[in-house]
Amino acid sequence: MNVGDITAGQMGFYACHVCNLLAKSEPGEHDAVCRRCGSPLHLRKPDSVARTWAFLIAAYILFVPANVMPIMHTSSLFGAQADTIMSGVIYLWMSGSWHLALVVFIASILVPSAKLLALTFLVVSVQRRSTWEPMQRTKLYRVVEFVGRWSMLDIFVVAILVALVHLQSLATIEAGFGAVAFGGVVVLTMLAAMEFDPRLIWDPKRVQHG
Amino acid sequence: MELSSLIACHECDLLQRRVPLAGGAVACCRCCHAVLYRDSPNGIDRTLAYTLGALFLFLIANLYPIVGLEVQGNRQVATLYGTVHALWNDGREEVASLVAFTTMVSPALEIILLAYLLIPLRFNRIAEGTIPVLRFLQTVKPWSMTEVFLLGVLVSLVKLEHLAHVETGIGLWAFAGLIPLLIAAAGAFSPDEIWNKVSRTS
Ligand SMILES: [Zn+2]
Ligand SMILES: [Zn+2]
Ligand SMILES: [Zn+2]
Repeated sequence: MNVGDITAGQMGFYACHVCNLLAKSEPGEHDAVCRRCGSPLHLRKPDSVARTWAFLIAAYILFVPANVMPIMHTSSLFGAQADTIMSGVIYLWMSGSWHLALVVFIASILVPSAKLLALTFLVVSVQRRSTWEPMQRTKLYRVVEFVGRWSMLDIFVVAILVALVHLQSLATIEAGFGAVAFGGVVVLTMLAAMEFDPRLIWDPKRVQHG
Repeated sequence: MELSSLIACHECDLLQRRVPLAGGAVACCRCCHAVLYRDSPNGIDRTLAYTLGALFLFLIANLYPIVGLEVQGNRQVATLYGTVHALWNDGREEVASLVAFTTMVSPALEIILLAYLLIPLRFNRIAEGTIPVLRFLQTVKPWSMTEVFLLGVLVSLVKLEHLAHVETGIGLWAFAGLIPLLIAAAGAFSPDEIWNKVSRTS
């Protein structure tokens, strides 16, 4: 056996997802658990592709109301106003804070859409057993995992605005359904990224080499 | 071959030999360069120090107002809890729960459980339930979003600046100090070291 050329999966070794301990798998074995931490053992995350798809599709569905419906309702003596994510960005831009407009645009519009597309690309490539650039795809996966949380930005902005401009006599701000949908998109894409198993990216290439 | 002398990369599954590390070195996967494990000199002491500092600032960040707003003599301040409360009262329970979970519950669990693990380890004892706690810490970590929340506060300050007089509260500064401490704690923490301690004693 040549350590450094072969994967744990090819050797039939389970690598515990939680504590990284290796264990030999017995043929026909079911429900193996890690002898150190008791976590269930699998060669790959179970049903990784199907689960990633499930969360992704749910995220795509919520993505529409998240962008179309208002995330914030403002009412004041001067009238009522409903803000979507995009109109919030435009407002920041118009009021001269172009740098913040850019930050919110990246966190709330660019990152969630790019993340959905990137995850879709990764699952499709894994399903087709693509051998194209596993390193680049692994890097893409790392970026997706790293940036996902930053999309919560707009939810926090709405939350603080609601809290501050609540009992004011001049105006009230309330969170709209768009905020619920947007929060859902962020959570669902994070779950999709967690269910995706990056080792599947490398498997076809390794089989090819024999 | 002894299985415990090997490690599989969690991102590409390549089997590699474990090598002893020293001086804060990091072991990376030969194939995909993922971090496999690292040596953290005085890791337990350092992580514990950062964690206790974070606990202190986290309490302040939760107890004191983060931002305040003044309109025609009316002052309104927002604490973290007040923010969640206002959303909940508006019938946005989902958003309120999400904010509470990512800014209060997850960071609190992260800080308290780390301290719970590390204080006994400091005296060479293993805390009861170390295994489920380590497992849980791994699950809760991605949902703790303190740094994103701070950026959210800054964006809302700018949005309100045009409408009213806004002032920053002590809570905001505590949040700003909390973030580098949490990053430092995560950087000094070596779960691999604790797992090895657990398997030696059991
Ligand atoms: Zn384990
Ligand atoms: Zn598994
Ligand atoms: Zn690797």
